[in-house]
Amino acid sequence: MLSFMTFFPLAGAAAVALLPRARETWARWLALATSLVVLGCALALFAAYDRDGAQFQFVDAHTWLSSDVAPFTVRYLLGVDGLSLPLVLLTAFLTTVAVLISWNIDLRPREYFAWLLALETSLLGVFSSLDLVLFFLFFELELLPMYFLISIWGTGRRVYSAWKYVLFTFFGSAFMLVGILALGFAAGTFDMRELQQMGPLREAVLPAAVIFAFLMIAFGIKLPVVPLHTWLPDAHTDAPTAVSVILAGVLLKMGGYGILRLCFSILPQVARDASLFLAAFAALSILYGALVTLMQQDLKRLIAYSSVSHMGYVLLGASALGSVGLTGAAMQMFTHGLVTGLLFVMVGLVYDRTHTRAIPELSGLAHRMPYVATVMVIAGLASLGLPSLAGFVSEITVFLGTFPRHQLLTVLGVLGVLLAAGYILWMVQRVFWGEPSPRWQGIGDAVAWWERVPTLALVAVILLVGIYPAAVMDLFERGVLPIASRLG
Amino acid sequence: MFDPIPEAAAWAIVLLPLASFAIIALASLLSASGVRLWRPAWSGYLTVLAIAAALALSVWALDSAVQSDGHAVGFAPHEWVTVGPLTVDIGFRLDGLSALMLVVVTGVSLMVQVYSQGYMAGDPGYSRYFAFMSLFTGAMLGLVAASSILQLFVFWELVGLCSYLLIGFWFHREAARRAATKAFLVTRLGDLGLISAILLIWWQTGELDIARIHEAVLAGTVPAAVVAYFAGGVFAGAAGKSAQFPLHVWLPDAMEGPTPVSALIHAATMVAAGVYLVARLFPAYALAEEAITTVAVIGAVTAIMSALLGVVATDIKRVLAYSTISQLGYMMAGLGSLAFAPAMFHLFTHAFFKALLFLGAGSVNHATGTFDMRRMGGLARSMPVTFLTMSLGALALVGLFPLAGFWSKDELLAVAWDERPAVFWALLVGVFLTALYVGRMLFLTFAGEYRGGEAGAHGHAPSHPHESPPVMLLPMVLLAGLAAAVGLTNLGHGVEHLLVGALPSEAEGLAAEPHFRFGIAAASVALGLAGLAVAWAIYGARVVPSEDIARALAPLHRLLERRYYLDDLYEGVITGRLVLAGLARGLYLWDRYVVDGIVNGIAQGARETADRLRLAQAGQPQVYGAFLALGIVVATVVVLLANP
Repeated sequence: MLSFMTFFPLAGAAAVALLPRARETWARWLALATSLVVLGCALALFAAYDRDGAQFQFVDAHTWLSSDVAPFTVRYLLGVDGLSLPLVLLTAFLTTVAVLISWNIDLRPREYFAWLLALETSLLGVFSSLDLVLFFLFFELELLPMYFLISIWGTGRRVYSAWKYVLFTFFGSAFMLVGILALGFAAGTFDMRELQQMGPLREAVLPAAVIFAFLMIAFGIKLPVVPLHTWLPDAHTDAPTAVSVILAGVLLKMGGYGILRLCFSILPQVARDASLFLAAFAALSILYGALVTLMQQDLKRLIAYSSVSHMGYVLLGASALGSVGLTGAAMQMFTHGLVTGLLFVMVGLVYDRTHTRAIPELSGLAHRMPYVATVMVIAGLASLGLPSLAGFVSEITVFLGTFPRHQLLTVLGVLGVLLAAGYILWMVQRVFWGEPSPRWQGIGDAVAWWERVPTLALVAVILLVGIYPAAVMDLFERGVLPIASRLG
Repeated sequence: MFDPIPEAAAWAIVLLPLASFAIIALASLLSASGVRLWRPAWSGYLTVLAIAAALALSVWALDSAVQSDGHAVGFAPHEWVTVGPLTVDIGFRLDGLSALMLVVVTGVSLMVQVYSQGYMAGDPGYSRYFAFMSLFTGAMLGLVAASSILQLFVFWELVGLCSYLLIGFWFHREAARRAATKAFLVTRLGDLGLISAILLIWWQTGELDIARIHEAVLAGTVPAAVVAYFAGGVFAGAAGKSAQFPLHVWLPDAMEGPTPVSALIHAATMVAAGVYLVARLFPAYALAEEAITTVAVIGAVTAIMSALLGVVATDIKRVLAYSTISQLGYMMAGLGSLAFAPAMFHLFTHAFFKALLFLGAGSVNHATGTFDMRRMGGLARSMPVTFLTMSLGALALVGLFPLAGFWSKDELLAVAWDERPAVFWALLVGVFLTALYVGRMLFLTFAGEYRGGEAGAHGHAPSHPHESPPVMLLPMVLLAGLAAAVGLTNLGHGVEHLLVGALPSEAEGLAAEPHFRFGIAAASVALGLAGLAVAWAIYGARVVPSEDIARALAPLHRLLERRYYLDDLYEGVITGRLVLAGLARGLYLWDRYVVDGIVNGIAQGARETADRLRLAQAGQPQVYGAFLALGIVVATVVVLLANP
């Protein structure tokens, strides 16, 4: 089931790419069908996961590479636990959203949808790999579709941004590869299930702290952590709408997931020592990101920078080392994916109509597009942590979890919530409120079904998680408990 | 009288207005999608219906609370979320304190919603207005009923959201959208304190349930410093919501919303939330000397300072806004003087006459098209009902015997005399100032000759102001009746008994009891009459023209006109210069040129090195290779260093 789900999008991608030119318009339908099948699978797994059963479920294991010379085997090993399953679901959901809001792509649609689906396979692979080498491969595989999607279908300095993204990731990947190999050779296995049972590392080529730092560089770039963040605003801003949604919604989570899955659960001793250091970087990301966001004049850049700030909460919650903080960090990944995904969708809808994202040029849009304005306000409120919407649940859990360990740094993090209210409300005030501008006289609201369905679905899920967080939180808690007990 | 209210019926008090919001929102969504089954007028009816039902149930709840002597009617909390050691419950806390608030909120809200049927008629955002009003009322009821401090915080923020949405209701107006954002940001600044306090108390006690926090605090297991910081942090949040100095600046600007919204914000929701929160956590304050002294001082300063601002404001709603801030100062000063029951009693009476005054201001605006008192005058003849009801509300605010304000204010003064003499004298001066601005408002609006009005929201400058329609007058008349009579409810100390019963039994002794003193009552009534007389002399009979006084006291007048320069300080200097132009802009440039500059510099360097070394073909891939190589080189060096 898990393998089928992971590779089904790739099969869909091949089918889309092989469509004859005359049937180009079928591409989007085929892509939608593929993404819906995957979403169905993900929901089925979510429902079927036994919350009182083994940690990893739906495991697929096959030996892939084994050598008589070296004492290790690389295995094809997939499986999910409470930490990864909600992220798999998030990936399937946001990919469906991404397909829908790309409905009107008319530049080489077959290639576009094929790359989008290929991207989904690599993302699902990252979250369900239980073998370090396989994890690394999926982690790298994502670059290829991403590069093409940004550099061909993007806007602005798209080639520069695409390269910047690829180079940053590669730079980190080099460190990750060394870290993974060092871990694997020292432990004699690449199986994450065995690695997370392992005691302190002995006889590694590198001290555990250095391996930890190497992995943190790779995941810190992805998350991102200030000062490794400058690829993010460029890539998010220049990517097409759907890709921004996936970038912010899912790709950043690879960083947070890696930190929890690799750094924390395999090297808990180092994580304990690094806690204060990580919390300091988290607070730096939160405040620095939020303050820089305040100055942004481009709608998409504003939301991109707000992600830097919001992902700081993931690191902050992680630095708490306890089950509450870790659950909060995982929840923050999930809710940020929903909320920022929705924000990017809405900005895309605005841009489709106005062909500008410059905040000073936009004004009074609520008169022309009440639906877009309403949903944007809801998404913005979720982003600034309004209770009853998803963002609040994760933020307050992070704060409650972290405060007992780092009081001052947590309060600095809370300050980020005030700044978030500032940049979101000032944006809403300038773009959507105010007198209707004659320049936007002719533009219309979002009325197409492929605009309404994904946005309403996102709003519904944001409300659901905000009002009944246990739906996801229970699973995350189950996922982080083994990590927390190793840290504790 | 009745059987005790079952828990489901109690929850319905909160859920009915929320359901009304949800139905109107969904109906509006369907309408926007082309399914036009819903008529805007139904939104208004549904809201009135839902809140009327909530009022009926609230009265039942109050009856149950009275039967239990104000003690908590024990509803067990329900689990909402559990993560490791963190358990968040939601529960309905029904006791004397919350039951009284439920009745105040639903009662005032019902009057406001009925009035709005007339006031908002024909507005293009009619449905949206009632959706927000329903949510606003439901959120405030949820706040009042919360049994856990986190649950309270959830509704607390929703109340803030609704006032944001309603202040900015006419979002095309520049002033409205600014005021809305300002209200949200200023109150959220205070909320930083509240969040920190919640984090602190959870860390120290492992509890979020308010009753169990009280147990821990009263048992003395929590260090005194923690209780002080907790109470202080909560007060920061309360000061933001209840517009206490120095976070009061958002409330006068909040006038930009529709007037019935102001009536609700100023009487029963939003600003009442802060006072209620401090009262709810009263045991913690009673044990934290520094915190409660802060509350008393801030309250007294706020009471005086904003009463002075009320004397110079020319916009009738601003006068009332400063009056609200000042009266909230009285309540806070009262809580700070251990006058737990009198402060809440004052909140109770104030809710009715302040709602009445705002509805009256709306009625006046309906007739003249303006809120500027310099363009009113002589309205007593053309608007007799508005004139009489508003005057009654105004005199209740001044605290004249036997109107509502007299009883509650007198109790506050009596306790302050016993507990904190300095606060007592400040509040006594405040009585004179209150009478002065109230008198000034009445004389400018209703006495003399009509000064022409203004072309306002309704399009024409009315040459002959006319009385408002019955649907607007009816709530005003009902509220006038309450403003006159509601003070008598505590004659047998029934309300006080009810409120004190809500405190944990160990804390009941901590609240000070008011003792009636004839001298204090006589002095405050005399000062009230004196204030009215001075106002009459200046604005009614014009014995001394107000312009001469303004000229004689020019520096003070200018200070008040500029509102103590606090808005200039906050918006211009702190937000504008320091945070935005300074810190944020500095970091923005740093990020763009230094952090990203280094990245691009390295890329450039790598590309040149690669070019020179001819490691790859021409074109971009060399950079990729160079980067991977760079990473591997660094990693290899580290490996070698680690294994000498």
